[in-house]
Amino acid sequence: MFSASHSNAVTPNIATQEASSRAPNAPSPEDLLRMFGTLWQIRTFENEVQRLAAAGEVPGFPHLSTGQEAVAVGVCSQLAHEDLLFTSHRGHGHVLAKGSDIESTFAEVLGRESGLCRGRGGSMHLVDAAHGVMGATGVVAGNLSLAAGAAWAAQALGSKNVSVVFFGDGATGAGAFHETINLAVLWKLPILFVCENNGYAEFTSREEHSTVKFVRRFAEPYEMAASTIDGNDLLAVYAEAGKAIAGLRHGDGPYLLECMTYRLAGHFVGDAQRYRSKEELAAIREKDPIERLKRHLLQSGVPESDLDATGERARRAVLDAVERARASRHPDPAGVMEDVYAAPWLNAIDG
Amino acid sequence: MSETFIEILRRALDEELARDPAVHLLGEDVAAGGAFGVTRGLAQKHGAQRVRNTPISEAAIAGLATGAALCGLRPVLEIMFIDFATLALDTLVNQAAKYRYMSGGQLAVPMVVRTQAGAAGGAAAQHSQSLEAWFVHVPGLIVIAPSSPAEAYGLLKSAIRLGDPVLFIEHKRLYTMKEAIAENAELPAIGKARIARTGEDVTLIAYSAMVTSAHEAAEQLAAEGVSVEIIDLRTLMPLDMNTIAASVSKTHRAIIAHEAVQNGGLGAEIAARIGDKLFDELDAPVLRVACPFAPIPFALELERALLPGAGNIVRAIRAQLH
Repeated sequence: MFSASHSNAVTPNIATQEASSRAPNAPSPEDLLRMFGTLWQIRTFENEVQRLAAAGEVPGFPHLSTGQEAVAVGVCSQLAHEDLLFTSHRGHGHVLAKGSDIESTFAEVLGRESGLCRGRGGSMHLVDAAHGVMGATGVVAGNLSLAAGAAWAAQALGSKNVSVVFFGDGATGAGAFHETINLAVLWKLPILFVCENNGYAEFTSREEHSTVKFVRRFAEPYEMAASTIDGNDLLAVYAEAGKAIAGLRHGDGPYLLECMTYRLAGHFVGDAQRYRSKEELAAIREKDPIERLKRHLLQSGVPESDLDATGERARRAVLDAVERARASRHPDPAGVMEDVYAAPWLNAIDG
Repeated sequence: MSETFIEILRRALDEELARDPAVHLLGEDVAAGGAFGVTRGLAQKHGAQRVRNTPISEAAIAGLATGAALCGLRPVLEIMFIDFATLALDTLVNQAAKYRYMSGGQLAVPMVVRTQAGAAGGAAAQHSQSLEAWFVHVPGLIVIAPSSPAEAYGLLKSAIRLGDPVLFIEHKRLYTMKEAIAENAELPAIGKARIARTGEDVTLIAYSAMVTSAHEAAEQLAAEGVSVEIIDLRTLMPLDMNTIAASVSKTHRAIIAHEAVQNGGLGAEIAARIGDKLFDELDAPVLRVACPFAPIPFALELERALLPGAGNIVRAIRAQLH
């Protein structure tokens, strides 16, 4: 899947025909059940990261997307395999929802040779070019202009692919956010900006870090299409993302989709969350996106046993993948100088 | 036919645009020719989609070039002054430089960032700096600083074809320098220094506009019977230590000259490497000629007073020989 060779640019497979012919905003019952399973995969993945981080098995600073899964699944379910995705430090869910292998993704979080990036990137820098996962950055807002560049490449190469970038509301404090949306509108780039507004920039509440309550408002002066939706409602995310992405493929220019959501976990694993009250945390749990989709599916006549079986299969798939990842090979320290540069001789110089 | 540095850069870009449809130019005013006229006429010839003006948004345009490079283009980004690269440092240092490594070799950033540096004519403290040492310090970046039009022609073409992110530093004092290029000459390999003048008594290591000062100094010293060998580094990262070692082993003396401030500069790195590897070859301590540790002033007499030139090099070599 990845290449350890020192070849020049690895160009992802960029489709030149319509990427998807399915109706953009009407999920079939099978689609919904599949998405219900993916929600559970991400939830279980994040729970396992938390458990193993607490046990000292996860290096670095993993950031969990627990509670925000509906945004990842709703948006990525509207993407074609060749579409280009950029995520942030809180990106496990996006990568899984885009179709990356669970074991390879977990192995990367553990820093293993079989990980997506051979243990060179880690939780905050997941790349899976074969699935269109073009990168994740640990520097807030650093991914936005990269995603715009990917959209520019798609436009310049005449493909119908779109670029999607996930970021938190904290990124709107960075100049790069404003610079990038101006450019995206100016060049009419096929890029979907997905803001996961979870109300916090790390530990600081939105009220404390911005006078602009809704991120959608930033689109107005640039005359960019934008909407704010309930990001814990998978059906709403799926429908709105479908419309936005169809517009991108049609050449309508960029779109800002603000998804109001909540982090069930802290900013990072180990965050004591002294900035949130018990009452606030309890209210957040009430809005759990998995429970909401479950209620919807039950109301629409899906037997509870089907839901339970789907959830159980998803959990089991993740737990098995996690065990395989934990048993996988650590990187060989002899390879530490590989892939700094394309030319092998440059990876062995004094410096 | 001799051409100016600017004309030769334009020729190199024109030829690369014609050769490879993945090559795209972007930057502030580039469709209008750029602040120094390097890209004049290229948008008309190759189309507005391939030579694109951008807003004054260094952070976003550096990211735009990086993201496009990840996805199949070979962007050549112009950052008008290296001083403005400060606004694009997250992209250049945290993203572009590290992509190949962080992705475990899945992705590459075949991008060239052309920028213009150095002091001349009262450009003052925010338009005159020599910041190359910052970038040499970042694994994943290639740093090139040509010393003449003919050098710039081949090095820019090699940089565009390389496949890793390159910072290509053009000295504003060289822009009006004229030179003829050899037709159909082979493109220079990245990472190879050049012996710009052969000599026996001292090795003078320089790059960018300081190579001109080095030649002036060598001429003066020749009249005194001192034979100076000049190494034009061309590429600052990687450093061609083989060429340096061969020369210093012959002359047994080394001096490094650059316009950047001495403190933490590239000269310190080169001096340390010579000390590590060639200590037994040396007949004298390695010396550095560089800018005193101050911002570049505006008034021309102050600018002249601060900048190192041929006179500083001559004095340093005399001191080293005696």
